[in-house]
Amino acid sequence: MEIAVSTRNISKTYPGNVEALRDLSLEFPRGQLTSLLGPSGCGKTTLLKIISGLLEPTSGEVEVNGKPVTGPGPDRAFVFQDFALLPWADVLRNVAFGLELRGVPVSEREDIAQQHIKNVGLDGFEKSFPHELSGGMRQRVGLARALAVESEVLLMDEPFSAVDEQTRRKFQEDLLGLVERENKTFIFVTHSIEEAVYVSDQIAILLPRPSRVHEILRPENLRTKGVSDIRRDPEYLDTVDRIWASLRSYVE
Amino acid sequence: MFIKGIRLPGMSSLIIWGLLWELVGQSGLTFFLPPLSEILITLYEIGDSPAFLKALKETAQAFTVGVSAAILIGIPVGILMGKNRLLDELLLPWVNIFLSAPLTALVPVLMVLFGFGMRSIIITTSLFAIWIIILNSRAGVLQINRSLVEMGRCFGATPLAAFVKIYFWAALPEILGGVRIGIIRAVKGVIIGQLLISLVGFGALFELYSANFLMSHFWAVLIVLFALAFTISELLATLERKFSYYAANR
Amino acid sequence: MHAKIMSRSLNLKLLSAIVVFGIWEIAGRIPISYGFPTFFESMVALFSMLIDGTLLQAYMDTLRPLVVGILISAFLGIALGLWIGLSNWFDWLVSPIFIIMQAAPLAALIPLLVMVYGIGLTSKVFVVCIMAMPVIVLNTAGAVRNTPINLKEMAASFLGTDKDIILRVIIPSASPIIFSGLRLGTSAGFIGAILAELKITPTGVGDIITFSRSIADYPSMYAAIFSIILLAVCFLNLLEIIERTLFRGNVRGYVSD
Ligand SMILES: Nc1ncnc2c1ncn2[C@@H]1O[C@H](COP(=O)(O)OP(=O)(O)OP(=O)(O)O)[C@@H](O)[C@H]1O
Ligand SMILES: [Mg+2]
Repeated sequence: MEIAVSTRNISKTYPGNVEALRDLSLEFPRGQLTSLLGPSGCGKTTLLKIISGLLEPTSGEVEVNGKPVTGPGPDRAFVFQDFALLPWADVLRNVAFGLELRGVPVSEREDIAQQHIKNVGLDGFEKSFPHELSGGMRQRVGLARALAVESEVLLMDEPFSAVDEQTRRKFQEDLLGLVERENKTFIFVTHSIEEAVYVSDQIAILLPRPSRVHEILRPENLRTKGVSDIRRDPEYLDTVDRIWASLRSYVE
Repeated sequence: MFIKGIRLPGMSSLIIWGLLWELVGQSGLTFFLPPLSEILITLYEIGDSPAFLKALKETAQAFTVGVSAAILIGIPVGILMGKNRLLDELLLPWVNIFLSAPLTALVPVLMVLFGFGMRSIIITTSLFAIWIIILNSRAGVLQINRSLVEMGRCFGATPLAAFVKIYFWAALPEILGGVRIGIIRAVKGVIIGQLLISLVGFGALFELYSANFLMSHFWAVLIVLFALAFTISELLATLERKFSYYAANR
Repeated sequence: MHAKIMSRSLNLKLLSAIVVFGIWEIAGRIPISYGFPTFFESMVALFSMLIDGTLLQAYMDTLRPLVVGILISAFLGIALGLWIGLSNWFDWLVSPIFIIMQAAPLAALIPLLVMVYGIGLTSKVFVVCIMAMPVIVLNTAGAVRNTPINLKEMAASFLGTDKDIILRVIIPSASPIIFSGLRLGTSAGFIGAILAELKITPTGVGDIITFSRSIADYPSMYAAIFSIILLAVCFLNLLEIIERTLFRGNVRGYVSD
């Protein structure tokens, strides 16, 4: 198992002495999806931003493909929790924006964007503006933008938080397909235990602030099941129960 | 306002006021208010008189130069203040002071320093407009969604690209709002400047008319000025609305 | 922590004042123009005028039309604004006038006012009123018109009469915006009061400014201007502080927080 991203002994203290992460180490295998699961405010977003290079850790280091991270780079793409779409640009330009910033010529980047718009099921909306889309559709624009730059690592911060339960399930199935098709490394933040178990190859459970990795779970056989059978699988149910058992003490 | 289910257009009541004006004027109640019709005829006559055209030209010149200076200086200063905390803390108190200060009091200083001509009027105009432009550009930059900034960095935007493709557009609704209010203030400023330095533009014209008690001339010029000011402010409001579609959900 | 931030902002304000006044001092010493006294000279002139009572006397004169004008504008303006906000036909009839007044350079009316009312107090009060009133009327009307409809319905469902609804729902919910209209009106009123003193007849502070300019006593002129700007800014800041304490519940903080 090849490691795409590894974080070693990461600590992060925000100004004002808020210690978000303490001595956190975690490895993310290539081509797999790793979920970060933990109570609100435990530092999941912080970790994601450190991996993306947006934030500098107070100590510790991040490596992507064996090279230390010093800032944002083309090998990582971020899917933002609040979409971060340009409200003055239409869907096509938003999806192509990552490529635009990389200097890809117009016709080429629009072709690529078009393809990804189709993949996330938004064809016909190329000329729509973000405010004309539903929350779930905006979410998909953000996803398509991240996919369009063909980065090896996708950092997704609660990407399904804004959509209704039906769409959410649809997205989860799509995500499984994506993981299978593309040899990309997904780092996925979620609040939902069920969602984490459903989509993940590996689940990292974080503890409340200051955060460390409490436990790593690897559901072994779920990937071989069909998307609609997973939720009935005994391993799925057991894993959900186990995670709930270890998190429950922090809620009570 | 609806009459029998028909919506009356917003400004239609001005017709009633116009009629009322005409009546009062015709009745000869006061010398100072000639009938509207007479004023309109005068307006038509002075419309191409050299004195009026000269005043209009001088005013337009001072206004354009003053407003351009206010915009060209104000927007970058505001954006810089929004991005640099130290600069912001040093400049913000002064911007706030000049925003609410009675700037008319400064005109005598300008007259001493820059003479009794166009230069002083141009600077007065700029002074009326610039502070709100600075303040709004700053506010526009400060409200930019953090994750838009981070998105730019993530996808590798150079500082210039981030500025041109993200910050400017994200702050544009506020900037435009500031420019609109600034221009409305500049209209007032250019007239106040001309009144106090009454050798140029409409200031001189007003002196001439009021010295000779040319009432309908006076009103004719007032109507032109008010109509121009109102048109400018409506045009700018329309422009602002064009960009407001995304202001609410940035 | 909090105190540290406070003292940083205070220090920077002080620093920025020192820088600006320092530049003023240096520019006056060069001098950049024969009509540009140093900061120090101006302050000396300010204190000597303060001590011999000239300034106090002048402010009595300047503030009279200002106060009278603001009071008239406030009462008349709020009454008109309430009426406009509550009645559709009155809105249709009257608001265009104030919308135009808001955008128009009303200062141009001054020569006319002087012809009609002479050069006395009346004209000056009028100048203050035409400058201050539009924003008061428009703010009041807008706030009344935009009273949340569910509050009005709530009051009606509890059997409130029209009077109750106006007095207990509409006016309280509109008062923050009415108050900020008053503040903006006062700010415009200051502009008008000084304009009147410079343009119509020199009295009060306007007299000090005009007179000291005519005898080239520039330090006194700068001192008078400095003092009137200081006064206006302090007074408007005071109004803003009152506004914030009175309507504390209305400050909801930034949406992004
Ligand atoms: N810019 C900041 N300045 C100071 N403290 C911060 C900042 N950002 C986050 N924190 C603190 O760091 C901790 C972790 O924040 P983070 O956003 O990473 O949590 P999270 O796990 O993503 O939470 P959630 O699930 O609610 O999104 C929080 O307690 C928060 O108070
Ligand atoms: Mg988060």
